[in-house]
Amino acid sequence: MLKFLLKRILAAIPVLLLVILITFLLIRIAPGGPFDRERQASPEVIENLNKRYNLDDPVYVQFFNYLGNLVQGDFGPSFKYPNRSVTEIISNGIPITAELGLYALMVAIGIGVVSGVIAALRPNTAQDYIPMSMSMIGICLPAFVLGPILVLIFGIYLGWLPVSGWGYQAYDKVLPSLTLGAAYAAYMARLTRGGMLEVLSQDYIRTAIAKGLPKWKVVLHHALRGGLAPVITFAGPAAAGLLSGSFVVESIFQIPGMGQFYLQAAFNRDYTMILGTTIFFASLIVIFNLLADVLLVWLNPRLRHSTLKN
Amino acid sequence: MKIKLLRLILPLVCITAFGCGQKTETNVEKGYKTKTLYIANGSEPEFLDPHTSTGSPENNIQLAMFEGLTMKDHKTLKPTPGVAKSWDISEDRTFYTFHLRDNAKWSNGDPVTAQDFVNSWQRILTPSISGDYAYMLFVIKNAEKFYRSEIADFSEVGIKAVDEHTLTVQLNNPTPYFLQLLDHHSFYPVNKKVIEQHGDFYDPLNPWTRPENIVSNGAFKMEVWDVNRAIELVRNEYYWGQDRIHLNRLVFYPIEDKLAEERAFRSGQIHLTFTPQMATEKIAVYREKNPEALHIQPAYSTYYYMFNTTKKPFDDARVRQALAYAVDRKTLVEKVTKGGEVPSYSLIPMDPEGYSPKTLFSDDIEKAKALLAEAGYPNGEGFPTVEILYNNDEVHKKVALTLQQMWKNALNINVQLFNQEWKVYLSSRKNKTYDIARAGWIADYLDPSNFLEIFFSFSENNHTGWENAEYDQILRDAQSATTDAARFELFERANQILFEEMPLLPLFYYSDVNLVNPTVKNWHDNVMHYHRVQDVDFTVPASE
Repeated sequence: MLKFLLKRILAAIPVLLLVILITFLLIRIAPGGPFDRERQASPEVIENLNKRYNLDDPVYVQFFNYLGNLVQGDFGPSFKYPNRSVTEIISNGIPITAELGLYALMVAIGIGVVSGVIAALRPNTAQDYIPMSMSMIGICLPAFVLGPILVLIFGIYLGWLPVSGWGYQAYDKVLPSLTLGAAYAAYMARLTRGGMLEVLSQDYIRTAIAKGLPKWKVVLHHALRGGLAPVITFAGPAAAGLLSGSFVVESIFQIPGMGQFYLQAAFNRDYTMILGTTIFFASLIVIFNLLADVLLVWLNPRLRHSTLKN
Repeated sequence: MKIKLLRLILPLVCITAFGCGQKTETNVEKGYKTKTLYIANGSEPEFLDPHTSTGSPENNIQLAMFEGLTMKDHKTLKPTPGVAKSWDISEDRTFYTFHLRDNAKWSNGDPVTAQDFVNSWQRILTPSISGDYAYMLFVIKNAEKFYRSEIADFSEVGIKAVDEHTLTVQLNNPTPYFLQLLDHHSFYPVNKKVIEQHGDFYDPLNPWTRPENIVSNGAFKMEVWDVNRAIELVRNEYYWGQDRIHLNRLVFYPIEDKLAEERAFRSGQIHLTFTPQMATEKIAVYREKNPEALHIQPAYSTYYYMFNTTKKPFDDARVRQALAYAVDRKTLVEKVTKGGEVPSYSLIPMDPEGYSPKTLFSDDIEKAKALLAEAGYPNGEGFPTVEILYNNDEVHKKVALTLQQMWKNALNINVQLFNQEWKVYLSSRKNKTYDIARAGWIADYLDPSNFLEIFFSFSENNHTGWENAEYDQILRDAQSATTDAARFELFERANQILFEEMPLLPLFYYSDVNLVNPTVKNWHDNVMHYHRVQDVDFTVPASE
């Protein structure tokens, strides 16, 4: 197992290096620079700024300097927010984005798995159609539609929940978590239903029922473990997606997470910030995919056997 | 497995259930009790150093935190005393003597002295600080030379601290708007002693504006700066005009999304929106349902298209004029932009208290056709397909689409639309790789020269390739003119040249459209969108 882990981690390093190199080059090729503004700054100002941020060095020197600093954990100063380092901005934003992502994942798994199981128990009846059509709506409704609708209903008409913020007022975390989690809940529901249907028709389930076990026990103890495999495969990328894809929800609800910085950095040509956030999110995706693989191996005896043998 | 899942879901269910059924107290209601004003302030401020900042969210906050030698009256925009309690102006109007208040203090208790202003103005004029607005100080004698490193000795620049409370300023020319400039953030004082505790006085990356470090001299001082969450200012107990301040706390929320901003207003999370334009699609709703909250004020700013005059067919002034005549501006502002804009026929906006340009042309399709025929394209024949360049934005797109159609109908010419992401658009403009480009200008100070000087032949903001020696000379004459009458006459001549040559095509004047809770008192609309929050108070509703 350790060898398997180590191999996967080592394989991630060239991936990340390539991500850094491509990002670094792409943002230099993009027209416009970090100091371009509508009111054109004088050449003196631009020259000074370039010098201050070491942009007057050749690009390869800049690249290796950047890598050198990166190894020491320094992402450099932000161009857009000169008083803050990229490291600081990321470390301020990440706990918030992570918390939002975690709640959204809970929403997704909670709602998704429960409704998927319910649907799978009586396929092709109303008990199946209702949650599944709801989930179809969930998949189709993007966050920027669902968010404002939830705000209108619960925030403005009913006045029960705050319409924006994150931890400033009681219950202001509810609507963003629901909004972000909804689409994933819908996917989870469909995956759970499929996985459960497959497992429920297997021999060992029939054996369990024949043994006289109550149905709930069969479902919870025997079927779920196998039925959730597709959900877990999906949970890894979903977790990474929830973290890196939260910027829409963050801007609807004014949440001071990472998502907004990620998006804005590209528009602002904030070189260090683009690199910092890209590296961060790329690492996240690598890590979550790895975690999902490990979890899957652990849950599935057949896979565990073949992986460890190799 | 199920039990574990339940344990995860349960807290969320509980939160939702508890949250239901009770209305929570809104910020607006809380604000009346604690005298706190909640403000939506656009994007997250980049940094709050008054010498390097550029944007309006930064400016809104700095206006509450810093104070220049003068302030402006909310309603008339006339200069009123700030740190300077009075001033004398020489006969030729180029020499100013300012008398500073004895009781003006920094938020750490230090007195504000004349030397603070000398230090601060030297700081913004030092090239290494890279202040975009350093040019605002070029009206001062030798300031530009110092900035361009032509002189090294700052004592040659026309700023002197005569004693602790007396400051003299020597200008190049009589500059009627000089007192107004003193309230611009580029002229604000900063505390050298404090800045030097955190690094070099002339380093733009000096972290002195972080909330734990910053010292300012205005009515409010910073208490909290949570990036992307809120900036909170509290009353500066050392401020000289304690009796002028009514509020205890200002909370600025960075809300970039206009629709989110409107929702925050509607649900009572904010008292007002500070950035100049609210979500335009919501204006009609407020007009009908909540007109007391809707503030519409024509602004001192212009939306225009500029021509690349170095390229065919726009190297011919008649073509440029033809396109200007062929726009139906009334339809454009009433049916397309719908944000309270006003049709414009000049680069210079209207100023009811000062100079307003004459209207030299109108929307006239026949005239447009004649001009185009005269230029060699009768009924649009032989006219090349040209492009309108604009940056990604719904409004810009709608305007461009409308003009495309209007020109097709009126002149039978083909125009294509070309949108670019902001920074790409800026670089295309700078490199003149465009035919027609959308542009806009929001005044830094209330004077026509701020607009006209964009088209100086050497201006860094003139991306049209258009140059005119007579125009340059007129603007220089205006700089040294001593009376308003003489200046206004010169402005009118410059306006005339811009019409004849038409390097830019004026479309409309922006309006500032804001949402302000009717309980907010002393919030006066004006053409400069100038709001000193320290004068603001609440008229608390009777039920409170």
